[in-house]
Amino acid sequence: MGEFEVHRVRFFGLVPAGVRCLACQPRGPRLALARTDGAVEVYNFAVNYFQEKVIPGHDSRSVEALCWAAGDRLFGAGLNGEVTEYDLARLCAARSIDGCGGPIWSMAANSNGTQLAIGCEDGSVKLFQVVPGGIEFERNLDRRKGRILCLSWHPSDTHIAAGSIDTLRVLDVSSGQTVQRIMVNYHTQKAKRECIVWSIAFLSSGTIVTSDSFGRVQFWDREQETLLESHTVSTSAVLSLAVSEEEDSIIVGTSTGATYQFQLLPVKAGSLQKRWVRTKPFQHHTHDVRAVAHSSTALISGGLDAQLVIRPLMEKMQKKGYDAVLRKFTFPHRRLVSCARKARLLLFQFSQHLELWRLGSTDETGKDGEVLPLCRMPEHLVQLKSKGPEHIYCSSVSPCGSWVAYSTASRFHLYRVQYEGNGVSVKKVPKMPKLLLPAYQLQFSSDSSSLFVASARGSVHVLQLLEPGGCKHQHRLRPPSGSPEAVYLLASSADGHWVAAVSGDWAIHIYNLKCFKHHCSVPTYNCAVTAVAIHPVTNNLVIAYSDQQLFEFSIPKKQYTAWSRTVQSCGLHRMWLERDSPITHITFNPKNPSHILLHDIYMFCVLDKSLPLPDNSALLMNQGTLKQLPETARKRQLHAFKICKKFQPLLFADLLDENCLVMVERPIIDIKTQLPLPIQQKKFGT
Amino acid sequence: LYSSSLDGSIKLWDFMDGILIKTFTVGSKLLALYTPASFEDSVFVVVPKSGERDTFQLVSVKLTKAAGQDLEAKELSVILDSVNASPKCIAFGREGEYVASVNEVNLQVYFFKRKQLNRFSLSAAKTKSGNNHFMCIACHPTEDCIATGHADGKIRLWRNFHHKKEYTFSTLHWHHDAVMDLAFSVQGTSLLSGGVESVIVLWRNESEHQRDFLPRLGSAIEYISVSPDGTLCCTLHTDNRITIINSNLRFSRSIQGLIKSTNVKTGLVVDPRTKALVLNGEPGHLQFYCLQSDQQLFSLDIVQRQYIHQAGLNQTDLVKVAFSAQGEWLATVEEREEVTDPELQLKLWFYDEETQSFKLNTRISMPHEDHITDMCFRYMDEVEDESLILVTTGSDCVFKVWAMVEDTDPEGKYAQQSVSWSCDFVGSYHNYQATNCCFSEDGSLLAVSFEETVTVWDSLTWDLKCTFCYSPGKIRNICFGRLTCSKYLIGATDHGFLCCWNLLSCALEWSAYLNVVVLQPDPLSEHIAAISWLSKDSSLFVFKPNEPRPIYIQRNFCKEKIQLAAFVPREEPETVGSAKYLWLRRSQLFFLTATQELITLSTKSLEERLTPSSKQLAVEESLPVTPFSLLLGKHRRHQSQEDIDLGKRVVCNKPEQDSPAVKELLHTPAHVLPSASFLCPVFINSLLISKENTSAEEVADAVEMESEETEDDSDEERDVTEMEQEDTSPMELLGEITCKLSKSQEKELRKLRKMDYSWISAF
Repeated sequence: MGEFEVHRVRFFGLVPAGVRCLACQPRGPRLALARTDGAVEVYNFAVNYFQEKVIPGHDSRSVEALCWAAGDRLFGAGLNGEVTEYDLARLCAARSIDGCGGPIWSMAANSNGTQLAIGCEDGSVKLFQVVPGGIEFERNLDRRKGRILCLSWHPSDTHIAAGSIDTLRVLDVSSGQTVQRIMVNYHTQKAKRECIVWSIAFLSSGTIVTSDSFGRVQFWDREQETLLESHTVSTSAVLSLAVSEEEDSIIVGTSTGATYQFQLLPVKAGSLQKRWVRTKPFQHHTHDVRAVAHSSTALISGGLDAQLVIRPLMEKMQKKGYDAVLRKFTFPHRRLVSCARKARLLLFQFSQHLELWRLGSTDETGKDGEVLPLCRMPEHLVQLKSKGPEHIYCSSVSPCGSWVAYSTASRFHLYRVQYEGNGVSVKKVPKMPKLLLPAYQLQFSSDSSSLFVASARGSVHVLQLLEPGGCKHQHRLRPPSGSPEAVYLLASSADGHWVAAVSGDWAIHIYNLKCFKHHCSVPTYNCAVTAVAIHPVTNNLVIAYSDQQLFEFSIPKKQYTAWSRTVQSCGLHRMWLERDSPITHITFNPKNPSHILLHDIYMFCVLDKSLPLPDNSALLMNQGTLKQLPETARKRQLHAFKICKKFQPLLFADLLDENCLVMVERPIIDIKTQLPLPIQQKKFGT
Repeated sequence: LYSSSLDGSIKLWDFMDGILIKTFTVGSKLLALYTPASFEDSVFVVVPKSGERDTFQLVSVKLTKAAGQDLEAKELSVILDSVNASPKCIAFGREGEYVASVNEVNLQVYFFKRKQLNRFSLSAAKTKSGNNHFMCIACHPTEDCIATGHADGKIRLWRNFHHKKEYTFSTLHWHHDAVMDLAFSVQGTSLLSGGVESVIVLWRNESEHQRDFLPRLGSAIEYISVSPDGTLCCTLHTDNRITIINSNLRFSRSIQGLIKSTNVKTGLVVDPRTKALVLNGEPGHLQFYCLQSDQQLFSLDIVQRQYIHQAGLNQTDLVKVAFSAQGEWLATVEEREEVTDPELQLKLWFYDEETQSFKLNTRISMPHEDHITDMCFRYMDEVEDESLILVTTGSDCVFKVWAMVEDTDPEGKYAQQSVSWSCDFVGSYHNYQATNCCFSEDGSLLAVSFEETVTVWDSLTWDLKCTFCYSPGKIRNICFGRLTCSKYLIGATDHGFLCCWNLLSCALEWSAYLNVVVLQPDPLSEHIAAISWLSKDSSLFVFKPNEPRPIYIQRNFCKEKIQLAAFVPREEPETVGSAKYLWLRRSQLFFLTATQELITLSTKSLEERLTPSSKQLAVEESLPVTPFSLLLGKHRRHQSQEDIDLGKRVVCNKPEQDSPAVKELLHTPAHVLPSASFLCPVFINSLLISKENTSAEEVADAVEMESEETEDDSDEERDVTEMEQEDTSPMELLGEITCKLSKSQEKELRKLRKMDYSWISAF
């Protein structure tokens, strides 16, 4: 594997925002997630739960509810009182329409996705028609006092159940009248506290399921207005509830971080009488579980601790494999850190600011595993705050460290950073050329002479950087066939000849920078690309896909390399394929051209192309055993994958020079200390 | 009513009459028996798998309807493999549709109709909350739901187990230690669970948040069962007690015999006042157990601290008890096991005539530096209270003499308390550990054994009079002879010697090679009982110190190690025919074995005990009561023969010999009972009939039955006590197996009691 001097960076103070709501695409593979800072993310189940799209948040645009309508259109509604449609190709908010009912707490689409109902602060339920190019206000339903916190359509689209404080209502869609009004708290005497119906579901059998702030999950009969069953699952509030499509399973999330599954089970074998039974409890979260979703094979929950937990239902799994593993996502599937190799700077991207740090250094050497004392501490050089309510899409620092660029939804900023002794001066580059905004990815060329800006419609802008502090729009690269999707990954070659761009439809286009022409495109592979990089010596493009496959594509020859074909014919190790987080960054060692350095959240890997690939019988993580073997035996055991799991969770790893690595970690425990205290629970024995 | 036994037979009883109807021979050891109501002609038994150790199978046995007393059941079919031998680990589901069994981390469910076996297993990995091994199982009476209890205190409710994959379970967790037993209510709306915490938990609607508790049940719960009509449930505790609880979780009553404590450290002591046997009861308590009525007279809280029901805690417990001669003073020693230094307390209690209980008089903390090994009062019949002396010996190489002193400060805080105890003399011998102490009968001499040496001290001047040494081996027990033999001192050593020294000549009188574990003098005669332990079984020797030959030997009377013995004075001397049993005239000998069974020696044969005298019956209470119930049963059969259809009653198990039915009769107020003139002829009649008609057979039958019953009980409790009871020897050993009812037996208790009432009213 070779020995490296490692900068173990733990000063990236990223705190991911909590999960606010979740929405499964009906009959589709996607899951939309909204965070408390207003960011919306789309995960694709079909490609190993890869975080496909990220729409950064906006200060004035909180998202309280998300829903899919008319197939693949995503709508969000929030406390600013607007219903927003998201453009998933351009990754921005497309259109907003005011609901005229004050803050919107809830939104639900009917079963065929043609109508949206929103529940407002003023107690009204409004219907919107989903039309091509937007939504149109249709009508108001019966307005009563009390904010509508949750909504659910009956699967036949004739009625809507709306949950409010202390009551739940059933509204007739055609007449717009309140058909039923059920006092949730009627049965209990402790009416001193108000009972908030946090979540509601309307089943096709006419049963209404509510979850409330008293920790109850209650089943109501709509016709009789009677309570069928009441399950107290928690001493604190039950915040969220989701029903499976077959309506035989319910997941609820509580404010203690626990989620519970309810199942509709036959009372006796073969009899028709069925009952809801609370079955499995899960405790994956430490804080409020604000959102749950029920896909056909998994229970999905998102909490204020920023975790998205996908818990597969074992009984629905046909075979053991990638899908049958519990997975937790805390960090985004893309990099928030960029590194200036020569200047030894790190740029950290937060939602609304950037931090530029200089790495510490040491003049001592030591043995394997030793911690070297620093002679110069890492230094926080600059904090750049983005102005306005918009959150940052992407950022980058040039390899020489003198340029910093970032983009928000509507603005693009380029800064010239100058280092004078101990001081640092940051100067904004004026007169930026008009670009197609926002930029989704920024990449400086290795000689810091130009900047590549990933943009919408598959295009890449090339900006020439001018000394001292100027820039010029040089060219716009576009795929020959055109593309509706935005480019989200860029890679440039070290010699400045090539740039590769990956757009949202997972097509990889390679452009020649000498003549600014489309060179070729990589044959499409039916999976999301998670990382690309161009080898500095051979100009091979290395591609990592979300199903953990690795490809190497020779740009000059416009074909896959021999090694890549070997990998495909032999297949990768089973353990490698079953890893649950995508490769987020690829880099190379210029001194050792056969090495590829890759990392995901949980491991760092040096892939040595000169060594044989391991077969499934071999141990994938064999570094520990190799150390104990004598030299001759070690030779026989060597294989291509050299994996290090010492640094976790690993947000970024890069090679500064041939024997110096930088690893950026963000320990979960540090995030936990930044979060508010969880609900105090008495724990037995403490 | 069926019973199964380790010798491989299933017996069918008529439990109303208490007669054996049929015997089915299966052949191998039967460890548990199940008779679900929906299977009319077959029963299920757990047998060891042939050829393998510690693996068991559940087998269904087809019981043929053929006539005849002894039948062989040949139709066996294996249903489940590798089941647990404990009867708690198998349960039959709703209407006998399936059977579920748990073993370690596996749950097996077998459906009879579909002949399908489903297996579910938990991960065997021990999590931080403990291991998740199965402990017990219960099936919902009306729904398809199985409840299992686990070693980490969780209860899992399994549903949808018809499908191999889509099964599901939910978890209830309150217990912090293993769940010992579970029971569903009759309708299945609630679930009862119990464990070491000695709290019964009622889970309503299978909800984690709707639960009720009945705490402070005294000791850990072993079994729970619910009566078929749902009004009562009863729990069996580790300390040998049954608690009956109303359906609204209100304590109803408890049936209690001798409390089984974890370790009887105090020894068997006889309270001179009540003639009750005194020993460790509940943790930290002293129980006074009346032998005549088989009841606990009272329980004295010595430690006076909260007992925490949790395994693995070192808690203060009572280790030594001594009474003064008249029983007005009680000395207790309690200690807490610590590795470095034990916490010791010596407490002296005075019997308060007004309140009829013992009152704490003096508390001495750390009377010795180390464990107290023995303690005794000076026996003095004549002298006044003030000269009462207590001697304690400790592992810290000294013995201490404690004497009563008048309180010198009458104005002080404790003005009302006139006497207290303080240390009077500390003696030691060559820095050896003091192990035993004993006063001579007149109180003038004190013998203290120091490892290998016995020292004799003058109790007035505390001078060392003489020493005896008979190596090799440390002294295990010492005692003085009584009455005519008071000049002798008896000692037993580790290396298996019994020595007798003459105090006048200070010489060894005789010695015998005998591995004596218990040496017990009879306070009312000169006899001394010695119990030896030889490899496998215990033998009893009774001798007088003045002659080296024992007057009575009973070899191999008990397979278990006898730990303690005590002579209990009889209320009135018994007339004993044979000279061989003269030593039992004035007192009765009781033994306590390692498994805490109380055994006594009796002189009377069975026929004698059947004499219908009321006093005799009262005494019989402490002995097996089956003869009496037999009588009653017979009597009933004479009355209404047509009512009973023999063999039709298929009930899970048989009533315990110590059935409350008889007690009930005896304790029934006189106005409820039929007139004595009615009862007496019945008794006499039954006797006459047995003599006239089939006297030999009947009696033999009765005797055999009784023995079988005892055997059977012991089998079910897995405490194998082979009680040879009906043998030719006129001397009879009665195993009074202190009732440890198995689960199924308990179930019957309620039923039985109800029926008894009904037939009493039928009078």
